[in-house]
Amino acid sequence: MQIYLPIAEVSVNAFLLLGLGGMVGILSGMFGVGGGFLMTPLLFFIGIPPAVAVATEANQIVASSFSGVLAHFRRRTVDLKMGTILLIGGLIGAALGLVLFNHLKSLGQVDLLVKLCYVVFLGVIGGLMFVESLNAIRKSRRPGGAPPKRRQRGWIHAMPLKMRFRTSGLYISVIPPLAVGLLVGVLSAIMGVGGGFIMVPAMIYLLGMPTKVVVGTSLFQIIFVTAFTTMLHATTNYTVDVVLAVLLLVGGVIGAQIGTVIGSKMKAEQLRILLAGLVLAVCGKLALDLLLMPSELYSLGPAGGH
Amino acid sequence: MRVLTSLAFLAALIVPASTQATEEQVVLGLSRDRVAITANFDGSDILIFGAIKRETPIPDGDPLQVIVSVSGPSAPVLVRRKEKKLGIWVNADSVLVDSAPSFYAVATSSPFHEAISDTEDLRHKISIKRAIRSVGADMNIQNAQEFAEAVVRIRANERLYSIRENTVAVDEQTLFRTEIDMPANLTEGNYSARIFLTRGGKVVSTYQTTIDVQKVGLERFLFNLSRQQPIVYGLMSLAIAIAAGWGASAAFRALRGT
Repeated sequence: MQIYLPIAEVSVNAFLLLGLGGMVGILSGMFGVGGGFLMTPLLFFIGIPPAVAVATEANQIVASSFSGVLAHFRRRTVDLKMGTILLIGGLIGAALGLVLFNHLKSLGQVDLLVKLCYVVFLGVIGGLMFVESLNAIRKSRRPGGAPPKRRQRGWIHAMPLKMRFRTSGLYISVIPPLAVGLLVGVLSAIMGVGGGFIMVPAMIYLLGMPTKVVVGTSLFQIIFVTAFTTMLHATTNYTVDVVLAVLLLVGGVIGAQIGTVIGSKMKAEQLRILLAGLVLAVCGKLALDLLLMPSELYSLGPAGGH
Repeated sequence: MRVLTSLAFLAALIVPASTQATEEQVVLGLSRDRVAITANFDGSDILIFGAIKRETPIPDGDPLQVIVSVSGPSAPVLVRRKEKKLGIWVNADSVLVDSAPSFYAVATSSPFHEAISDTEDLRHKISIKRAIRSVGADMNIQNAQEFAEAVVRIRANERLYSIRENTVAVDEQTLFRTEIDMPANLTEGNYSARIFLTRGGKVVSTYQTTIDVQKVGLERFLFNLSRQQPIVYGLMSLAIAIAAGWGASAAFRALRGT
């Protein structure tokens, strides 16, 4: 069934969009990532104009994250206090990121920057997670092995302004979460994603939060940051396509529910190694695009540059 | 007196030309002069048919050929070319093509170059490459012509540009018909349909009309809202997202609770 999208001005198969939304929604629920880093390139691939894809994706992430976070609220795996601090950093970061983005757009080459950002961040994070979770699995399999050390005490614990985060069982300074939120906010504005795939590992490895709490807390923060970006896109570029968003989110919210159930039944190490594999696969695809000669050297854009 | 004679001379020049132009005229029919883009729009076929009205017998010599072109609204396009720098492919040179139609289809009753000569094509801007206007390319850029060709190639791949030779059926040099297939990825605007009658590569008569391509209903409403009330539109999008998220969550809980 073909549907004509009023803002994107293309006609696409509705079931294809529902399917894509569902698939990405499952991943979103499982890993606590918004799924934007997967969905946005997929939307380019089926012919949605990039500006519309990025803006609409932000709107869809609001829906899937909201659906996902409700499930986590019921299981009490959302650290509201931590989420709020990450959010404060995130909103400031998103505003900064937008300024940076517009500055780079005026210099040209913003596409390249976005792609390089993807390759570098996905590559580093995916690689680190993959190695770490592989080690964790190996350790847990070794019979009679020492239980893994809970948390290292390092420079993060030497910072001032300490606060107790009861849900996460942490007593740390607010500076690292603020900084993580800020960084993710900047990156999400530049890369047009929720930033969960960066925040989740940062929360696990930098802040030392338990994996189960990380997912819900990340989703909580993402809702607000992506809602903010949706409004920015809707009012400045007019590129949010609500019909596209509805189709994606119907699939997405259902997928997110299924994903949350799957995620709660899997071991944390397995969850992380799967996410790492996924991140590395997307990274590899984008890196190949940059390295191999494209089949079409020319690209068309509206005059005036978007 | 001299003025008068020169005027008479001018008139003598003009009159045969204009009578020749009106000797054969197009009487046109369109299966539709309005394309409504609805929610389930997936392209449209427009049947363009007509007859040739003439007061005199069919002229001898070259047979009558018919060329039909349909073109969408034109807009400037920025074309970028990738180049390999430091091992990765990046956008390097760019050329602004001043005016390129969003859609362009040409149908002819014979191979294109038999139907019309190059000079006539240049004058009436019928072939695809003539319909695109590109001036002012930077002198430092090599092969600037390739940028305009890239526009044609990319849009032809998207089925937006096409040339269909031998697809206009002409009966007895009097009746003609063709079908123009418009793809689903149309943009709005006034599309112009032009019909050229040619003999021996020369245009003997032209006719022009417009086809109105417009979003209607829900599509129209959403598009207008997004442009005129962006804040309301944005909030509405967010509200839908939140509601859908909550709805799915509640539905699943009910499902698992039973």
